[in-house]
Amino acid sequence: MKVLMMGWEFPPYNIGGLGTACHGIVKGLSKHDVDVLFLLPQIPYYKESCIKGLSLIGVNNIDLAPGKVKVKRMDAILVPYFDPSTWEEEKHKYFIYEKDNTLKPLTLYGKDIFNQIQKYAEQCEKVALAEDFDIIHAHDWMTFAAGVRAKEASGKPLVIHVHATEFDRTGGHPNQQIYDTERWGMHTADKIISVSNFTKGMIVQHYGIDPAKVEVVHNAVDKDNYVETVYEFNRLREKFKIVLFLGRITIQKGPDWFLHIAARILHERKDVMFVFVGTGDMENRIIEQAATMGIANHIIFAGHIPYNFIDKVYQVADIYIMPSISEPFGITPLEAMKNKIPTIISKQSGVAEVVNNCVKLDFWDCEKIAKEAIKILNNPELKERLVNGALEEVNNLNWDDSAAKCITVYNNVLRDSSW
Amino acid sequence: MVAICFYFQVHQPYRLRQYSLFDIGNNDHYEDEAKNKAIMEKVAHKCYIPANKLFLSMLHSHPDLKISYSISGTALEQMEKYSPETLSLFQQLVATGRVELLNETYYHSLSSIFSPQEFKEQVQMHRDIIKRLFGVTPSVFRNTELIYSNHIAMLAEEMGYKAILAEGADHILGWRSPNFVYKPTTANIKLLLKNYRLSDDIAFRFSNRDWAGWPLTAEKFTDWVNQANGSGEVINLFMDYETIGEHQWAETGIFHFFHHLPEKVLSHPDNLFMTPSEVAEKFDPVGELDIHHPISWADIERDLSAWASNSMQLHALHSLYNLEGAVKKKGDLRMIENWRKLQTSDNFYYMCTKWFSDGDVHKYFNPFDKPHNAFTSFINAYHDMVLRLKD
Repeated sequence: MKVLMMGWEFPPYNIGGLGTACHGIVKGLSKHDVDVLFLLPQIPYYKESCIKGLSLIGVNNIDLAPGKVKVKRMDAILVPYFDPSTWEEEKHKYFIYEKDNTLKPLTLYGKDIFNQIQKYAEQCEKVALAEDFDIIHAHDWMTFAAGVRAKEASGKPLVIHVHATEFDRTGGHPNQQIYDTERWGMHTADKIISVSNFTKGMIVQHYGIDPAKVEVVHNAVDKDNYVETVYEFNRLREKFKIVLFLGRITIQKGPDWFLHIAARILHERKDVMFVFVGTGDMENRIIEQAATMGIANHIIFAGHIPYNFIDKVYQVADIYIMPSISEPFGITPLEAMKNKIPTIISKQSGVAEVVNNCVKLDFWDCEKIAKEAIKILNNPELKERLVNGALEEVNNLNWDDSAAKCITVYNNVLRDSSW
Repeated sequence: MVAICFYFQVHQPYRLRQYSLFDIGNNDHYEDEAKNKAIMEKVAHKCYIPANKLFLSMLHSHPDLKISYSISGTALEQMEKYSPETLSLFQQLVATGRVELLNETYYHSLSSIFSPQEFKEQVQMHRDIIKRLFGVTPSVFRNTELIYSNHIAMLAEEMGYKAILAEGADHILGWRSPNFVYKPTTANIKLLLKNYRLSDDIAFRFSNRDWAGWPLTAEKFTDWVNQANGSGEVINLFMDYETIGEHQWAETGIFHFFHHLPEKVLSHPDNLFMTPSEVAEKFDPVGELDIHHPISWADIERDLSAWASNSMQLHALHSLYNLEGAVKKKGDLRMIENWRKLQTSDNFYYMCTKWFSDGDVHKYFNPFDKPHNAFTSFINAYHDMVLRLKD
């Protein structure tokens, strides 16, 4: 079987969970003898995240079964997790790598994000006409237009994969144009894969989709290449307990709730440092708010950390908290568990459906979250129990199973559309 | 008779680098050495060296010319390291006997506001370095960014200074003129006020083609100076030295302007040049000024808001000064030095969000691309210091 896949980020250049999920699924599919042609937009290079020594890693360097997966770059720029207005404000910060490895500003490209989406869709259509494949698999709204164009051009069925809806990303204040794109994509597709029952509920409730059209395929966590590091954070870890926030600093992820949790924890224990890893549209606001609350001297704003350093960051932490206000899945708690970090996660998340050895609370219940965090910090036995239990659960989750479920979905779609 | 009193401020901070999570606890080197070196070399090339040479030659050809400088300790250190030629030219200037040096806080800090004890220590350090490098002991004090209040005047008096400089801000002067010597209500010390109109005509408006005064020539400026004759005793022209060649590029004619100014000013028999200490000797105060709330020469507000108004600045300042007791008790000289370098006012200036979206002067001087990055780099360095304190 051969799959034409469209996604808008892919490691090593990913800033969110989508890239991680695409990588996991593609890797799993390749092990199940499925060929994948992955159509990827140009990956712009974010100026603020320039890290010395980080050079462009070719997709060949990614650990995928040889020959099974091809990644093709489309001549369009899509920056994940940007809404149209943020794109306008932020695009000057982005650069693109030329063939000779020099950085060039993005100014030459289209005016708005919808232009880029169209451009990407047109090119995907051309590929769909030229290539031979059985089914189309498109990840999240930016690629829906491309998926539909490819379906119409080739007559092959379309599966769309919903990793997040506009309702999750905006805290319930969707951009109409994005919502319309999502709705149209969902209705036009032959099948929808959602990353959780939580998200399936959103799709049914907010987009008017028949529940029978939606299959749930939970995400997993990649355990290959995992290295336990004894990192040079000794001085920091000696003097402080570390509580970690890792994710985009945007309304969906609840960074403001994290600050309120931090303030409550500091009320009980002063020897705690809070680390924010990630960037996002709320970053400035959160930094200012931390200063206003007078707790910034207990907060480390680490900014963007490259993918290959992420395990090291988890290993600094004593607790990982994910206070997302609406999290379709949430791979980060699984990554934390893999790194033997006890986790507290928002009940409003998909990942809460697949793990139990963690604390699950409402994101808004800062009081309780702080109390549970302190309990874990004060009680090594509790920590041990959570970590060991979680590790077992995580070991039972793998992308091969997720990929196998995708293949079942493909087969069902192909069977249903073959008459 | 009207005396022209020139004072030029010379300052370069140690700019911080982007200090990351992985540095905390592992690296107590907070500065961007390459950037500091590059900027010192650039400014020396565009301003310090040519301007010093110009003044040396003018002092030679005009026996009545007198000027004064205040050079921050951090600038002097960086000259020693990155531009010895600049330092040697300053030494030659002072050796003429007609170039006066003023004292300030060594680290160009806001310690006058946050810690009187630290303030006195830094002023003493500055006295020491001036003595070491120039062999003189100043008798006039100028505080960081001309920050001034009754309290600061008292501190300066306690330290034995006979005069202190301040901004001739409208809201403290009211109907009064900056062209006289004043005294604080609280201290027995002379107060010299900047004539900000004439000073800023050179410092800010010199190259502005939309300004009615453009082009500003030495003749025209001398005419304006002469107008004060009979209604004032001293015109204090206080400005950043970097005005000459850095803020106003050589192409604007700024060197030419200064080259001709002494000759034009002295062509009027009533005019003369004086240093701040001579002004303080010569003139009696015409009135008392009562200034409770600190003023400065920065921005339209002429207050502390460029460094200490938004939540990031206030949090950073309070957090830093809260460490004073612990840092001094620990007695680690490198840490004390690092702590003091963090106090440099520029670090807080970079966090300023006032007008930031209008892309004005704050942005021009900001090594960080946004105030929030200035804050996070600062606070991450602070975390490192806290960890070392707990060792």
